[in-house]
Amino acid sequence: MTITVNLTVNGQKVTRQVEARTLLVQLLREHLDLTGTHVGCDTSQCGACVVQVDGVSAKACTLLAAQCEGANVLTIEGLAKDGKLHPMQEAFREHHGLQCGFCTPGMVMSALDIVRRHPSPDEATIRKELEGNLCRCTGYHNIVKAVAAGAKAMRG
Amino acid sequence: MYDFAYHKPTNLADAAKLIGAKKDGRLLAGGQTLLPTMKQRLAQPSDLVDLAGVAELRGIKAEGGGVTVGAMTTHYAAHTSPELRKAIKALAKLAGGIGDPAVRNRGTLGGSIANADPAADYPAALVGLGATVNTNQRKIAADDFFKGLFETALKPGEIVLSVSFPAPKRAAYRKFANPASRYAIVGVFVAETANGVRVAVTGAGPKVFRATALEQALAKKFAPESLAGASVPAAGLNSDLHASAEYRAHLIGVMAKRAVAAALK
Repeated sequence: MTITVNLTVNGQKVTRQVEARTLLVQLLREHLDLTGTHVGCDTSQCGACVVQVDGVSAKACTLLAAQCEGANVLTIEGLAKDGKLHPMQEAFREHHGLQCGFCTPGMVMSALDIVRRHPSPDEATIRKELEGNLCRCTGYHNIVKAVAAGAKAMRG
Repeated sequence: MYDFAYHKPTNLADAAKLIGAKKDGRLLAGGQTLLPTMKQRLAQPSDLVDLAGVAELRGIKAEGGGVTVGAMTTHYAAHTSPELRKAIKALAKLAGGIGDPAVRNRGTLGGSIANADPAADYPAALVGLGATVNTNQRKIAADDFFKGLFETALKPGEIVLSVSFPAPKRAAYRKFANPASRYAIVGVFVAETANGVRVAVTGAGPKVFRATALEQALAKKFAPESLAGASVPAAGLNSDLHASAEYRAHLIGVMAKRAVAAALK
């Protein structure tokens, strides 16, 4: 079954004809060429595919594009403004919150969801809240530092 | 994932009509279990009826000494609901321990109980509190709702509208979580209710069940030390790579004691 989905991605209205079974992550990567959102485990465990849907984090591998009809989707590509990194991205760069970088887009998007719920997260909160994001390089220490610094920068 | 026809009704009547007309149709709530199951081709529905647009399935209402939670309430919404936290704090806390934050933003109460995963958290709360499942056809007591492994009393096409939870005198839930999935290896919900003490166990058997020996021990005195001599037999419990049946039986006692201690705080 082919369906038409209309949604807003990173501020741009988009309309695509897709099969009903198309996942949001496939729509982003294969139809919109937004390959910053990664597919890691494809079983909703690793969090490499985390994006925001209507302001809250979601695993784009476990969500149909059809379910996002009319939704406002924000991906890692939508964070930087005018060539300037988002404070959370900048914090990941500054604190080297990555090793191979594969999990990083999902980590950054989950970090923003943490800040939404906990504007001043302590280390224990960050570690607990990152439970849905896996870094197979085990680079968690710097990721946690980066999230704390990013949250601080976002508070201004 | 095999392809299917997608439907998004905007009211309950249309949803019921659609699911009733499709022989191999499935209801889609948050999709956090159904979609992975379909991706693995363990399920191949002809039609998906997305309930996200059905207003009748939303909302949390405190009423008459209890609280009614709409089937499409996400775990995050349940966890952060002031009404729910005030009425039954143990339930709000349980919702905040399901899966991970992104999963909690999508997964729903109705989806969780209709799926009836033997290690899911919500079934323990329903049985532990003596809740009632309200469907578009009838009311089902939680004790009669969970029938077996991924099996409920729901008939084909029956839609869960909400769950009504009576507020207990005190209650708490403790789980020994799988460190990867956060599913319960063993989860125990204890409640001191108007109709006595209830102890519901998830994760340990093919379905959620009440630990009557522990209930009897706690009926004398609702305190952790009452559970000292009480135990649950290992026979019939799950044995897998995560834990043996004997270990699970032991964990039931440990989690029950912790839950009782937490409920008394």
